Amino acid sequence: MTPEEEQEYRRRQKARNIVIGLVLLGMVVLFYAITIVRIGEQ
Amino acid sequence: MTAITAPNAEEIDAIAVAASPVDSVALPARSTPMPADWRDFFALTKPKVMRLVVFTALCGLLAAPGSIHPVIGFTAILCIALAAGGAGALNMWWEADIDAKMKRTQGRPLPRGTIKPTDARDFGLLLSGMSVMVMGLAVHWLAAGFLAFSVFFYVVIYTMWLKPRTPQNIVIGGAAGAFPPLIGWIAVTGEVTWMPVLLFAIIFMWTPPHFWALALWVKPDYAAANIPMMPNAAGEVSTRRQSLVYSALLLPLSITPWLIGGTGAIYGISALILSGIFLALTVPVGLRRSVDGDGMKPEKKLFAYSILYLFVLFGALVLDRVLAQAGVIA
Repeated sequence: MTPEEEQEYRRRQKARNIVIGLVLLGMVVLFYAITIVRIGEQ
Repeated sequence: MTAITAPNAEEIDAIAVAASPVDSVALPARSTPMPADWRDFFALTKPKVMRLVVFTALCGLLAAPGSIHPVIGFTAILCIALAAGGAGALNMWWEADIDAKMKRTQGRPLPRGTIKPTDARDFGLLLSGMSVMVMGLAVHWLAAGFLAFSVFFYVVIYTMWLKPRTPQNIVIGGAAGAFPPLIGWIAVTGEVTWMPVLLFAIIFMWTPPHFWALALWVKPDYAAANIPMMPNAAGEVSTRRQSLVYSALLLPLSITPWLIGGTGAIYGISALILSGIFLALTVPVGLRRSVDGDGMKPEKKLFAYSILYLFVLFGALVLDRVLAQAGVIA
């Protein structure tokens, strides 16, 4: 793997990690909101 | 401290080949052993198709009688969208070899070799499974049941079973695309009534003329991929006539929600005009014969209008409901 390819490899890895992190964060917020709504209904 | 090194080209290609579920798929060799970009995963969800799915589901949800908390409503739409995305990914995983043979689909991540088949499959299963589970736990288990069935219908009944076997594939398989407004409606009401069934039937009836308009002009592509689409299997004349029949049936069906009192006049008159134009555009498609190099303009026009038709029709349904709730109309 050339240095350029390795750089691209790392860039893609980093981008995927960021996207996965954002998705997980979104899920935490969504599940929290759902829980609050459901508790409020009872 | 040990440095973590990236796997080399041979290792990655060996993993990809060993993990491939479709032995017959001849994926192009990758010059660079790159991990899939997140955009490749996004492309697997068929974002363009998802737009229509989200819109019709949202319309079903907004047009349903009763109310739903915005957070729960958002969750329901998100689950429908993600389940559709998961089903799209599973469809691309299964059809990678077919996609590689068709111009329209050659640029997808699997034929390009930018993503491993097993990754696409696992991504599809994860999205679909999670969506159904969250729909059940957060919204309604009946809606979750229909959502699970719609994914099963699209992936197993349509993609794996019907599509390669019968020219009626798109007729029966079209039911998969008709589920979103039904599920959106059930998310609010928790029950199946005539209105959501009619919305389902409208999309079901709309699908053949919509899809065959496309199939008529990409006929050589489907022939190359050995997919028995109606124009290839039954011929152009039969496909054109059948499109006309479905469009003619769509007109009375689309105004039925108004006739049975499920909607007001805004929807009813909109449906009458929109379906009238749909039929008028299908007539030249249904009656003509194409010749080489004629550009297939009537078919392209019908295909473009059919997408607009669904957006405006369901938009009118929501507008009708919103105005009725606000007391502007009876």
